[in-house]
This record gives sequence, C-alpha cells and structure tokens, in this order.
Amino acid sequence: MCTMIAVSAPVKGTGKGPGGWFPITQATIGYDHATHSGTEHALLLDFTNYELGVDARVALELDLRSGRSLVSQLQSAIEAAEALSRDA
Amino acid sequence: MSWNSFKTDDHLGISAEITTYPSGGDRIHAYVVRPHGGVRAPGVVLVHHMPGWDEFYQEFAERLGRHGYLVICPDLYCRFGHGTPDDVAAKARSAGGVHDDSVVSDCAQAAQWLRDDTGCNGRIGIIGSCSGGRHALLTASRVHGFDAVVDLWGGGVIMPDDQLTPARPVAPIEYTADLDAPLLGLFGNDDQSPTPAQVDEHQAELEKHGKAFRFHRYDGAGHGFFYYHTPMYRQAQAMDGWEKVFAFFEEHLER
Repeated sequence: MCTMIAVSAPVKGTGKGPGGWFPITQATIGYDHATHSGTEHALLLDFTNYELGVDARVALELDLRSGRSLVSQLQSAIEAAEALSRDA
Repeated sequence: MSWNSFKTDDHLGISAEITTYPSGGDRIHAYVVRPHGGVRAPGVVLVHHMPGWDEFYQEFAERLGRHGYLVICPDLYCRFGHGTPDDVAAKARSAGGVHDDSVVSDCAQAAQWLRDDTGCNGRIGIIGSCSGGRHALLTASRVHGFDAVVDLWGGGVIMPDDQLTPARPVAPIEYTADLDAPLLGLFGNDDQSPTPAQVDEHQAELEKHGKAFRFHRYDGAGHGFFYYHTPMYRQAQAMDGWEKVFAFFEEHLER
C-alpha cells in the first residue's frame, strides 16, 4: 500500500553525502514504500537542502523497531546534553 | 497478444527514448516506447507509482511496447526537479506529494500527444499501479475520451475525510458517475490499501452507476505483486494479471 505518511520539519545542521558535507535545512520522516531496504515499507528519513539541488539529501531507511530505538536514544542523548548545559 | 506468444519470424522491434511534451505551460519529460511494424498502434498512457518515474516503469513501458502499444509514460514529478528517481520521489514526498490536478492535466496532455501522433490508431488506454492506479482511474473519470482504464491495486480510491490532503482533496470514488471508460482492476487480497473491503465498496459504487468493469482479486498477493524487483512479487499472480491486462487492452484498444 501507499501510506502517504510523511511529515517535515525545518532543522539546522550539516549532513554528509557523496559530494561531502553540506548544510541541512529540512528533515522529512515518512513511512512508505522502501527503495532499497528489501522490505515493502520502511521508515524513510530524509535530511535535505533543496536549495542545493534534489540530490542534496542524506537518506535512511529503517524498520519500525529501529525507529523506536532511535527515538529513545535521541531523547536520552538530548536530555544528557541539556543536563550538561544546566550544570555548566 | 499474450506474453511469449510472438512468432519467431515476426518483425518485432521497439524504439524507446526520453522526450518532452507540452503540459500546463511546461515541457514534461516522458518515456516513450514506439513499436515497429508499420501499423498504427493503440496508445497507452502509463502512470508511474509513488516511488517515482523509475526503471521499473521504463521496463513496464517497454513490455507494453513489445506487445504493440505506443506508450507514453510522463514524469509526473518533473516539476520537482531532476536527479535519481529516489531523490526526486523523496522531494515529492516532502512536499506532500504531487497534486491530483497536476497529474490529471499531465496525463490528459499525454493522451492528446498520443492522438496527435501519426503512429497512433486513435484509441487510448491508461494504466498505472499503486498511486498510479489511483491516478489512472482519477484521470479517466475526470477527462473524457479514454477507451480503457486499468487500476493496478490503487490505494486511496476511497478516502475518509481525515485522509484528504491539499494534494489529494477529493476521493476518486466521488467521480464514479463520470467514468466513461471500461475499467479493469487487479487487487491482492492481502493488501492493506486498498483492503478487500474497500475493493468491495468500489465495486458496489460502480455497479450502482451501471459502469463497465472487471475486478480480479488474488489470494496470496498483497500490494505491488507485479514488482519483480521487490519482495512483493508474486510470480503466478503477476503472470495471470499481465494476461488480464493484455486481453483487456486487446479487447478495447485494438478494434
């Protein structure tokens, strides 16, 4: 099925693609047909800067369990970093 | 002509290339496959799926071409820019998908491109899979003049209000009364979009309006069972499905 699940948010950072590092301006998270993972669907994470071109993109395809794990670890890392900032 | 039923001394050949055609004030890229043989061929608009204007669709077009159809497959994501198919599809996804009106317009212009081609016999079909199946049905419902439409497991024909989006503002089933081309639908009973219940609902709506249609539903198949490059492929169901497509187009486009 085509789920058409996709959400986007502006982000600030850098990503590394085939041409090297470039500024990232947008993150899009989808769950839809996978291109490369060999599964029907995947979590599709795209970190992009479309002002630089369609190929200014760092792409990930993850299964749902990995997505859950990633969210949890991101949350832990962010909380730890914020605690450091408070202590400093 | 069924698959693998050509004669070994037939004059068989195709040419295939990416070209452009005018649509909506732009020039849209399209993959065009032209059968050789010296006879005017039926035309087919081939509508690509959500993963984009990709190599599977080039091979899909070539298969139809080798079976005698003049095929045009528009790049419906053309206005999002150019790159590898998955990069372009990702940009389309990030934008909420291509707008239904844009697809209908590009497909209508593609059909006109076929009619204007001296190699076309004037009969035009439209076919697509996945979102392309939905878009094929939507186009044939909103634009008159198609002689046959094939919906391969198109999800989102039936859309609850909470699934409508700016790019997909109307469920295609709402246009059922306007459909004036015979419809062939192929579906996997394990699909989650469309579900068997949604296919039932679509069938009831077609019957209510007295439309000409044939639906075939396959056990042991889900979504995308023609996709030999994915684990969704189901060999027996796909080969039977291809026979249904060839027979349907032969019946409606080769008269």
